[in-house]
Amino acid sequence: MSDQQQSGGAAVASSPPVGETLMEVTGVSKVFGGLVAVNDVNFIVPRKAIVSLIGPNGAGKTTFFNCLTGLYRPTTGRVNFDGTDITAKRPDIVTQAGIARTFQNIKLFRTMTATENVEVGMHPRLRSRVTGMILRTPFVRREEKAARERAREILSSVGLKRMDELAMNLPYGDQRRLEIARALASEPKLLLLDEPTAGMNPQESEELRTLMERLRTEQDISILLIEHDMKVVMNVSDHITVLDHGEKIAEGSPQEVRQNPRVIEAYLGSQA
Amino acid sequence: MRFLASLRSGRDTVTGMIPGWVLAVVLIVFAVIFPYLVGSGSFLDASTQTLAYVIMALGLNIVVGFAGLLDLGYVAFYAIGAFVIGWFGSQQFPDVNGGKGIHILASDRATFQPKLSGGRLDIAGIHINFFIVLFIAMAITALWGVLLGAPTLRLRGDYLAIVTLAFGEIVPRVFENSTSGLFGIGSTDFSHGRQGITPIDKINLPWSHDLLYSDANLKPAYWVALGMVFFTIFVNRRLRDSRLGRAWIAVREDEVAAASMGINLVRTKLWAYAIGAAFGGFAGVFLGTYNNTVNVDQFEFGFSVFILAMVIVGGMGNIWGVIVGAVALSMMNRYGLPQLNSLSEPLGFDVTSISFGIFGFFLLIMMVLRPEGLIPSGRRRLELREAEIEGSEDTGAVGDMSQMYEVRQ
Repeated sequence: MSDQQQSGGAAVASSPPVGETLMEVTGVSKVFGGLVAVNDVNFIVPRKAIVSLIGPNGAGKTTFFNCLTGLYRPTTGRVNFDGTDITAKRPDIVTQAGIARTFQNIKLFRTMTATENVEVGMHPRLRSRVTGMILRTPFVRREEKAARERAREILSSVGLKRMDELAMNLPYGDQRRLEIARALASEPKLLLLDEPTAGMNPQESEELRTLMERLRTEQDISILLIEHDMKVVMNVSDHITVLDHGEKIAEGSPQEVRQNPRVIEAYLGSQA
Repeated sequence: MRFLASLRSGRDTVTGMIPGWVLAVVLIVFAVIFPYLVGSGSFLDASTQTLAYVIMALGLNIVVGFAGLLDLGYVAFYAIGAFVIGWFGSQQFPDVNGGKGIHILASDRATFQPKLSGGRLDIAGIHINFFIVLFIAMAITALWGVLLGAPTLRLRGDYLAIVTLAFGEIVPRVFENSTSGLFGIGSTDFSHGRQGITPIDKINLPWSHDLLYSDANLKPAYWVALGMVFFTIFVNRRLRDSRLGRAWIAVREDEVAAASMGINLVRTKLWAYAIGAAFGGFAGVFLGTYNNTVNVDQFEFGFSVFILAMVIVGGMGNIWGVIVGAVALSMMNRYGLPQLNSLSEPLGFDVTSISFGIFGFFLLIMMVLRPEGLIPSGRRRLELREAEIEGSEDTGAVGDMSQMYEVRQ
C-alpha cells in the first residue's frame, strides 16, 4: 500500500486547487471490517468552485461522500467546513452547517408531492415551534406560506414544472431535478451531487450542466460532483480528483487529469 | 373486493358533491345532539367509553400512523394518565397536609365530602379539579413518552415492537407493586395493589359545586368526552399539516434521506412519542373518573392491541379512518362479542374470554384483504401498493438500508 502511494506521488504531480478554501478534508479513511474503502484522502473544495470526484466503479466515491455528510463516521481523518470541524457530526448537523446532497439511488419522499419534498428540505431553515404549529400563530402562518412560495421558486429554477405531482410519479429526469431542488432548499454553501446525470439523456445532462454553472455564479454555491459522464465532468469542473481503490491517484485541472497515465490506467487497465 | 372498490368510488363521488366543511358541520352537529337521540341509557355509556377510545386511537395514530413507529405498549400511557387522576383526585394520600388534604377547585360533592363542615373542604387526600388534572396528566405522560421512547430510538420493526410491548407490561406492574413507595422511594401507598384506587372524584366545573353528571344523566359526561375528542382532532390536524408533520412523514418514508435534509431524527421521533403519549394520558384521566376506579387489571397487553387494531382497521395515518376504526371496534367489543357469546354457548366456551383472539383474527383478515385500512390515508395506500409492486426490489432496499444504517442518531 505504502509502496503504491510512493509510486503515485512520484508519477503524478498533484496540483491542489487554488482559491479560498470552503471545505478541507485531511487524511480521511473509512474501513469496513478488513476492507479499506477510503484510504487517507486529502481534499480541498474552494469557494464558488465546481470540483469533480471521478474514478472507476467501487473506487470509494460514494463512501467518501457519506463520510463527509455524516452518514458514515470516518475511521480516521478530519473534515473542516467553513471554519468549523464537522468530522463525524450527525447528518442533520452537517446539513445545518451548509452541506446538502443528493443520492446516487434516488431517495425522494415518494408519496409526497414535489413541493412537499422541497418543503422538507427547508426544514432546518424554518423556525416554527410545536405550540406555534398547534395554535397556528401568525408567524407560523406566514412562514408556511413563504416556505411554499420559496419551494415553488426553487422548483421552477431547476426546471421542474409538475410541482403538485407525487414524487413517485415523476419521470426519472425530473426525480433527479427534484433531488437537487430539495437539496437547494436548505440553502447550502456546498452541494454534493452523486451521479446526477445517471439515466438522463444528453439534452437533460446539458441542462444540468448549465444549472450547475448558474448555481455557482448566481448563488455562490460550491459543487462537489461525482459523475461518470466524462463530457459533463470535463466541461463543468474547475478541478478533478480521481479515486481508485479508495485512494486519491490524481488531481488537477481537467486537462491535467485527462493526460495523467495513472488515470488512464485506472480506467482502461494496465497495458503491461 | 369489488364491493369495497365500489364503496370507495361511491365515497369519492359523495365527497365530491358535498364540500368538506358541510360534511364536518353535519357530523359535529350530529355528535353533539347524539345523546338526545339515544337517551341516557347504556348505549350512551358505551358511546362515552368509545369517545375515550377514539382519543387514544388518535394519539397512537401519531406514533404509528404519522411517524411510522410501531408501539405495542400504548396501554402504559393509559395507565399513567389514570393513575394521575387516581393520585390527584381521590383519598389515596390521606396524610397530605396534616390529614386535611389539598383542594383545588374541586367541589364538596365531587370529592364525596360527607358533610359540609362550616363550608370548608377538608376531606383527606389531594383533590384537584378534573379539568386541571387533564393537563397535568398530559404533561406527565408526555414526559414518560419521551423517557420510554428514548431507549427505543435505535430500534426498528420487530425489535421496536418487543421493547414497547415490554414497557406496556412493566408500567402496570410498577404501579401494582407501589403499595409502599414508588420506585422504592418513600413508603406511601401509591396504588392499593390489585385493589386499585376507588372512588375517584367526579367531574365538576371549576366554578360550580354541582356534579356535572350522574348515573341518571350521563349526557354531560358524553359532552366532556366529545369536547376532548374535538380538541384531539384539532391538535392532530394542525400537527399533520405542519413542519413537524412533514418531518414525521419524511422519517417514516426514508430515515437516511430525512436526516440528510437536516431533520433531527431523535427530536422528531421523541415529539411523536410525547404527543402520542399525552393523548393516552388525556383519555386515561377521563376513563379513570368515568369508571370511578383505577385498577391495574384495566391495563392489560390486550388493551394495547385493541387500540392498535382500531388504528390499523381504520386506516393508519388517516384521522377520519382511525375514528371510524375506533368506533367500530369499540362497539363491536361492547355489543358484537356478547352476541357471539349466545351463539357459542352450546359449544361450551365464552367468546368474550378470547375477544383479543378475535381482534387478532380481524387484523389478519384486514391485512389480507385491505392492508391500508377502511379509510386509508392516500399516502399509506400508495406506500403499500408500491411495496406490493416492487416487492423484489424492496428486499434490495432493505439490504442497502442496513448497510447505509450506520446513520447515527
